[in-house]
Amino acid sequence: MADTELLVGLGAVLYAAGLVGVMVRRNALVMLMCMELMLNGVNLTLVTFARQTGATEGAVLVFLVFVVAAAEVAIAIPILLLLARARRTLDVEAYAELKG
Amino acid sequence: MIETGLMYFFAAVALGGSIAMLIARHPMRVALALITTMLSLAGIYALLGVHVLAVFQVLIYVGAVMVFMVYVILLIDVRDSAFAQRFSWLLVPGIAGFVGLAAILCFALWRGDSAPGSAAAPPFGVRPFSEVFLNEYWLYFELVSVLLVAAVVAAIAVVKIGTRRHG
Repeated sequence: MADTELLVGLGAVLYAAGLVGVMVRRNALVMLMCMELMLNGVNLTLVTFARQTGATEGAVLVFLVFVVAAAEVAIAIPILLLLARARRTLDVEAYAELKG
Repeated sequence: MIETGLMYFFAAVALGGSIAMLIARHPMRVALALITTMLSLAGIYALLGVHVLAVFQVLIYVGAVMVFMVYVILLIDVRDSAFAQRFSWLLVPGIAGFVGLAAILCFALWRGDSAPGSAAAPPFGVRPFSEVFLNEYWLYFELVSVLLVAAVVAAIAVVKIGTRRHG
């Protein structure tokens, strides 16, 4: 079943692309969107395996991941807006006080 | 046959969207690339027969999360220095890490046992999904609603603390 391998590989590549986006980009909002991309890659893997075994539980788990991602964004966006208001920038290089 | 073609098409679009996310300069273009990726993932879910998740992917991710994100991008000042310089100093190690991680994952996929191949699994629609969800996993459903309420309360608290501090 070549589809399964294609989709799991696509999920792995999406996850890796999201990870490199979080590491490489400077804008905090873009980093947040790259985290969403990582979640999407994992979701794709989960759906593929659930479809393969015919387990409905996988769909339930993916639905819960959707809701948790929505809650995460609902918290993260106000924090980002406060950061942008405090420092006038979303550049993560500007928030380096904890660097030793 | 046409389903296989569509599957490859959606996979290619998702891949292109994720690469475009990495190199686009303006956050709005990043958001649009992410929306493209999510919509093509919804197409893949629909092709797999998991229509419930395709609908939820469009409704929750594209409809709620990304609209929220686009709205916030519109609120933020465009002359931000983070908009001008795309990449931090981690660019080269980040690219190396991406290539390494993708290679390791795809190598593990290639080396691993191939699929058990129960391709005859029935596509599950709304009814089996909701029966399982609300009969066996009702506790998680309730916990998720508690989580959403907590998220709303926390967002209001964060905004209130910020306005008190900055006037």
